[in-house]
Amino acid sequence: MCLAIPGKVLEEFDRGGMRMAKVQFGGIVREASLDYTPEAKVGDYVLVHVGFAISTVDAEEAERTYQLLEEMDQLTELQAPVVDEVSARKRQ
Amino acid sequence: MKYLDEYRNPRLAKSILEEIRRIQTRPWVIMEVCGGQTHSIVKHGLDRMLPEGIELVHGPGCPVCVTPLDMIDKAHAIAARPDVIFCSFGDMLRVPGSHGDLFTLKSQGADIRVVYSPLDCLKIASANPDKQIVFFAIGFETTAPANAMLVHRAKQDGVKNVSVLVSHSLVPPSITYILQSPQNRVQGFLGPGHVCAIMGYREYEPVSERYKVPIVITGFEPLDLLQGTLMVVRQLEAGTYTTENQYSRILDREGNVPARKLVNSVFEVTDRRWRGVGWIPKSGYKLRWEYRDHDAEKIFEVKEIDTQEPAICISGQILKGIKKPHDCPAFGTMCTPLTPLGATMVSAEGACAAYYAYGRHLDKQKAEAAAAHPVA
Repeated sequence: MCLAIPGKVLEEFDRGGMRMAKVQFGGIVREASLDYTPEAKVGDYVLVHVGFAISTVDAEEAERTYQLLEEMDQLTELQAPVVDEVSARKRQ
Repeated sequence: MKYLDEYRNPRLAKSILEEIRRIQTRPWVIMEVCGGQTHSIVKHGLDRMLPEGIELVHGPGCPVCVTPLDMIDKAHAIAARPDVIFCSFGDMLRVPGSHGDLFTLKSQGADIRVVYSPLDCLKIASANPDKQIVFFAIGFETTAPANAMLVHRAKQDGVKNVSVLVSHSLVPPSITYILQSPQNRVQGFLGPGHVCAIMGYREYEPVSERYKVPIVITGFEPLDLLQGTLMVVRQLEAGTYTTENQYSRILDREGNVPARKLVNSVFEVTDRRWRGVGWIPKSGYKLRWEYRDHDAEKIFEVKEIDTQEPAICISGQILKGIKKPHDCPAFGTMCTPLTPLGATMVSAEGACAAYYAYGRHLDKQKAEAAAAHPVA
């Protein structure tokens, strides 16, 4: 129910005083209101819920969070016990 | 798609799981609040990937599930009227009331329409000036701005034949309610990311402080949910209890200020009944007096309807994280998505329905068969 999906703002238009946009989700294009995301502009990613953009996806934050995970991944690899293949084979 | 695929990277999921395993020293019970998160967790099997001792329990954040039976009965009473076009989000149509669901009513001739957005009701209203258009305005804080905009536009543009049947629930009072229960098991929360996209997370901070419980506002993708769990476990292991934000690409502490402003101008806080749970003080929205001309309950004068839930159903305890779907004798047998007995089976985002959809009722039957004919 609280499902909201990120999509790319393709174009803006006005409908009866409401700021609307065509938003692309993968291969699908749907209309959404931009009334709650006045900062959103063409090319931005917005999070859309029941026909309303409720947030503009912060590309820098998305990058930062992902980077943190990548760094943790590299760290985990370093921390992983080194498998000694020769002695493993010997044990078999 | 950008910002979606990256957060499904299995390699990174594995390394988060390893990190959780590395830092965990004892068992912890963590509740994901939102039904969308429950669905994603069960779909991807994340709860089963976590190290033993990290238990995810499923919270009350499925608005379709917790919409009270009497409100569904009111929806029926209004939708059955020949002068009404009743509009709803699709997932409400299958929810059984005391006398069947809205789908059945539609098949009997009632004009019931599924809409993508509440604003669709304005188009339907202008095309049908001789009909009353009633929208079933349910949801949590995430959906409130869309529903508020419908009411606001209807009043502003003088669209007299649009009204809303409001059954709006709020997340923080439900978390407090769970924490106050003497049976409470929950030690940390994955907070509802999209609710907080609207509301921010200021109101969660005093809850963390007062109940000494970490709350991490979390997104919906597998990596979001695993990272949120890691952040909660880190706090639990360190003995800290703050509200943190995992979903920073979507929200900040303030949430969506223009949306909150309109919601506050259209709605005011009220006590609400939650299906399976009961009354929770100040846990919902109702329309403000200025919008009474668009209040379907006032226009159609639907009476309070006294309703009873099946006694066997344990959805109330599931919604509070005390029990799990497998603890119910009716799960997957008497109670299925086609014949739901209670709140957590009525919507795909309910814990029981999610377990059923991903075959976990079969595990139970297999487990029972194994118990009946144990291999010596």
